[in-house]
This record gives sequence, structure tokens and C-alpha cells, in this order.
Amino acid sequence: MAQNTVAPQQKPNKQKNSQFSGMSKALVRRETISAYCFLLPSLIFFVGFVVVPMFICVFYSFMEYGLGGIKGFAGLDNYIKLFQDPIFHRGFLNTVLIVVIAVPTVTAFSLWVSSAIYKMHSVPRSFFRCVFYLPVVTGSVAITVVWKWILHPYNGLLNQVAGTTGFDWLGNSSTAIWFIILILFTTSIGQPIVLYVAALGNVDQSLVEAAQVDGATKLQVFWKIKWPQIMPTTLYVLVITTINSFQCFALIQLLTKGGPLNSTMTIMYQVYDTAYRLNDLGYANAIGVVLAIIIAIFSAIQFKVAKTD
Amino acid sequence: MKAKTDLSGTSTGYKVFAAVVLILVALFFLFPLYWIVTGSFKGVIEINAKHPVWFPTSPTLENYMKLFDNPAFQWLFNIIFISAAAMVLTCITAALAGYALGKKRFIGRGVLFTIIICAMALPKQVIVIPLLQEMTAIGLNDTLWAVILPTVGWPFGVFLMKQFAETIPNEILEAARVDGAGELRTFFSVVFPMIKPGIGALAIFTFVNTWNDYFLQLVMLTSRENWTLPLAIANMQGEMSNDFGLIMAGAALAAIPIVVVFIAFQKYFTQGIAMGAVKG
Repeated sequence: MAQNTVAPQQKPNKQKNSQFSGMSKALVRRETISAYCFLLPSLIFFVGFVVVPMFICVFYSFMEYGLGGIKGFAGLDNYIKLFQDPIFHRGFLNTVLIVVIAVPTVTAFSLWVSSAIYKMHSVPRSFFRCVFYLPVVTGSVAITVVWKWILHPYNGLLNQVAGTTGFDWLGNSSTAIWFIILILFTTSIGQPIVLYVAALGNVDQSLVEAAQVDGATKLQVFWKIKWPQIMPTTLYVLVITTINSFQCFALIQLLTKGGPLNSTMTIMYQVYDTAYRLNDLGYANAIGVVLAIIIAIFSAIQFKVAKTD
Repeated sequence: MKAKTDLSGTSTGYKVFAAVVLILVALFFLFPLYWIVTGSFKGVIEINAKHPVWFPTSPTLENYMKLFDNPAFQWLFNIIFISAAAMVLTCITAALAGYALGKKRFIGRGVLFTIIICAMALPKQVIVIPLLQEMTAIGLNDTLWAVILPTVGWPFGVFLMKQFAETIPNEILEAARVDGAGELRTFFSVVFPMIKPGIGALAIFTFVNTWNDYFLQLVMLTSRENWTLPLAIANMQGEMSNDFGLIMAGAALAAIPIVVVFIAFQKYFTQGIAMGAVKG
């Protein structure tokens, strides 16, 4: 993503004004005015409903803000509270667990599926791509309620098939989170597969053939030739999967509400719970700001790792 | 014994293994949808059976009839209206803005693009609390517009349209200018036809994502008549958690239209997703 913004500046000599080279001042002004006219409708929505709420969010995080409205300036109190809050600690660890398990498995599995299907005839390829995308399209609510039924202690299919009648998979603090991760996995691999199938189709075939002529094995061809070429896609997949895993909400709200014993509490769910059940808006916004910072750090690390690779 | 291999060095054994795994996983992915649809036609006895009922032996419409005792048509209309309005507004604003970002050289372009990228990486749900208050302040809370407007503000569409607009050759825009076409004329007669595939992809993408943006609907829509179908299923599931037949009927009604839209436009959809990332 960053490449786009960096590219124009890499032209030699003119560092800052390179995009305006060969343009007169009047032309620059005219282009700027017309550009902002085109941007205006979009900017109204973007500034009004994304940028402004972001600033308000940061502002509230420094306030003592409960049911009766803003009670006063809280300084860093909300942030200090967060570091001492055992629920936040639990939520943080669970979120990290979800991300650390879901992101690599989603990435690896979608890459494996894509490399297995991208050379297929277009009909089976579309079929598989479509099937793996279906849970995304079906929607988190529909998928979640059907899983709730499947996992139900008495009426659920899983217990009937496994012969474990009455076992409450979602009411057990050691199994609940694994089902959250499993369902998250099924709703997460659709987009990476679409991306990888496209990326693998764009790999330079002449290099692949040259390597095969030289006697490279299938695995060598993959790691030495294809893998570097699909690296930008891998990076993108890592970032979107990370963001999706951090934000997984419907699953938790509809299946466990963070329980039992906070075993499925996540940072995202705590933001919602703190704001709308506990009515502590200042604290909820502080958790939200910290969540945004954590996501930014994760994304930055992935960019860094991918670039040095 | 050496395994049979084809020219590229893949053994037949591996191919069979891959095919079997793919089919098994595909069945696992299709199963929830199958279970929703068949479940919606099962009667109370089959829903609560102590043994798996793989297929409804005496299919019934009672779940759907129960569903339509509620304002289910209103809920369906609400979600269609929200998704369609967000789709149209996003496509118009994003096409205009994406063209400016992709093809025009103007002061503040780099900064603006960086802000857009950063905003895309931020969790959308974090800003929902202030958003709700903003909607209350402008008198739109608990209306469908409270879901539509923030969806249009989300900058992914602008990013996607910029990617498409960048592929327009400068010579064509130059030629239009030489021919005396004004800014708007150039946009509608030259740019628009060239980014049409991108707009198609963005339209489907926005429609599906808005339909499934449960969190925003949950926070913004409180009165029963303003619920969307997915939100209504979620809320009904909380109220009467064991009537799985009714809930499956709701889930089927919410899922089937969007699945049909997806399958019908699959080509544009997959192209659009790939396009958004390839150059990003």
C-alpha cells in the first residue's frame, strides 16, 4: 500500500515537487481546484463520518463519561485503569491468541487451496472459489446462529453425532474459544483464496519453465520463484486477516458474550460491553484507541517482516 | 516403487490426496448453508429430535409463517434499502474521488492518500460510539440513514476506484481536453466508461458488505420496525433461543438473496477483490 505514495518521490532530483514537474503555477492551481471539486462529495462523508468520530473517540478517551454525560476531565485515568483491569488483560490475551492462531492458519490454508485450484479448469476453479467464499457472503449472523444450533447441548448436531449428549461446548471455558476460532476460520479464508488465485495466475510463467528445464523440483519452483512473486499478496492477506480477526464481533456477541468466565472476551467485545452494558463511554473509547494502536503495530510489524524477507 | 509424476513433477498420489481434501473441506463449508435451508423446513419435532435428522422428512412452512407474523418484509426491505442506498452513494462519490486521486496532480494529494490508507487500517467499530452520538445530534439515530451514511464515508471505495482510474492512459484524457471537453464532460464520456468494470466490482462489494455489517446495524437501529433482517435474527435468537426452526427461516431469508446476488455476479466480485489488492 505504501508503495503507491512513495513511488512518485523516488524520481531523482526533484524530491517534493515531482508530481508537478512541467506544470505552471496557474495550471497547478486549476488542477487543485478541479480535483477538490471531484473529491468534495466523498470528503463530506469521509470527514463527517470517519475522521470527526475518530477525533471525538480520542477526546472521549480522556474524559470521565458515564450515564449522565461527561463528568469531567479524566486525564490518563482511563488508560491507567486499562492496565490494571483483569478483564482487559484476559481480552488482550484472547485477542492475541485468536490472531496468532487464525492468521497463519488462514494464510497457509488459503495459499494451499489456491495453489491446488488455480491451474484447474475454470469450472471447478470457480466452484471451489465460490464455495470457500460462501460463508463470507452468507453473513456472520446467519453463520453464527446455525453454529449455535449445531453446538447446542441437547438439540445440536455435534453432540448427536459425537454421542456426547448434554455437553455444552460454548459454555465450557476451555472449549468455547476454539470454536470461535474455527468459525472465524471458515468465514475468513474466502477473500485470501480469491486474492491468491489471481496472484498465482499472474506469476511469470517463463521463469517457472526455465526453472523446470533446469531440473528444479515442484517445491523449489514454489519457494524460489512463485513465493517471492506473490509476496505483496501475502502481505495484504496478512494485514486484512489480522484486522478481521481483531474485529471479530458477531460471533462472540451471539455465541458467548465474552464468557464463560471471560474465556472468550476480546478487546473488541469489551469495547461494546463497556459502552452499552456498563455505560462507561470514556473507558470504552480508551479501549478502542488502544485497540487501534495495537492493530497499527501488528500491521507495521508485518510490513517490516515482509520487506526484510 | 517410484510414484508416477507429470511434467511439472506433481505425483498422482498427491493430486488425489489434494482433490479428496478439497472436496471434504468444501462439504464442510457448504454444510452450514445446507443446515440453515433444511432446518428452516423442519417441524418442531424434527428440530428437537434426539437423533440427527439429515433431511426434513415432512417439510413444513410453519417456520416461515411464524417468521411473517413478525414484520419480516419490513426487515427485508430495510436491509435491501440500506445496502442499495449505500451502494449507489458509494459508487458515485468513490468514482469521482478515485478519478481525482488517480489522475489529477494537486496540492495535498500525498497527504490525503496517506490519511485514507491509515483510516482503512483502523477498526471501523472503534468509531461507532461517537458515530451514534453524532447521529443523535443530527436527528438521524434509529433511522436507516444512520447505517447508510457512515458506510459511504468508509474510504475503501475511493482506494479501489483510484486503482482503476490509474490505468487510464494520460493520452486519452489529454485528447479529450484538446477537443475542448470540460472537466465533467471528460469524466462522464471518457473516464466513466473506462472505470465501469471497477464500479461494478465496487457496487457488489459494497452491497454484500453493507448487508453483513451487523455491528453498525446493532448499534444504530433500536426500534423493532427499523431492524434489518440479520439484526432481527440476532435479536430473536436472544429472545427465544431454542426456536431454531424460526431462526433458521430468518437466516435463510437473510442469506439466500445475497448468495444469489453473489453467484450471479461472481466474476465481477472476484475481479474487484483481486484488483483492489494487486497494486496495493
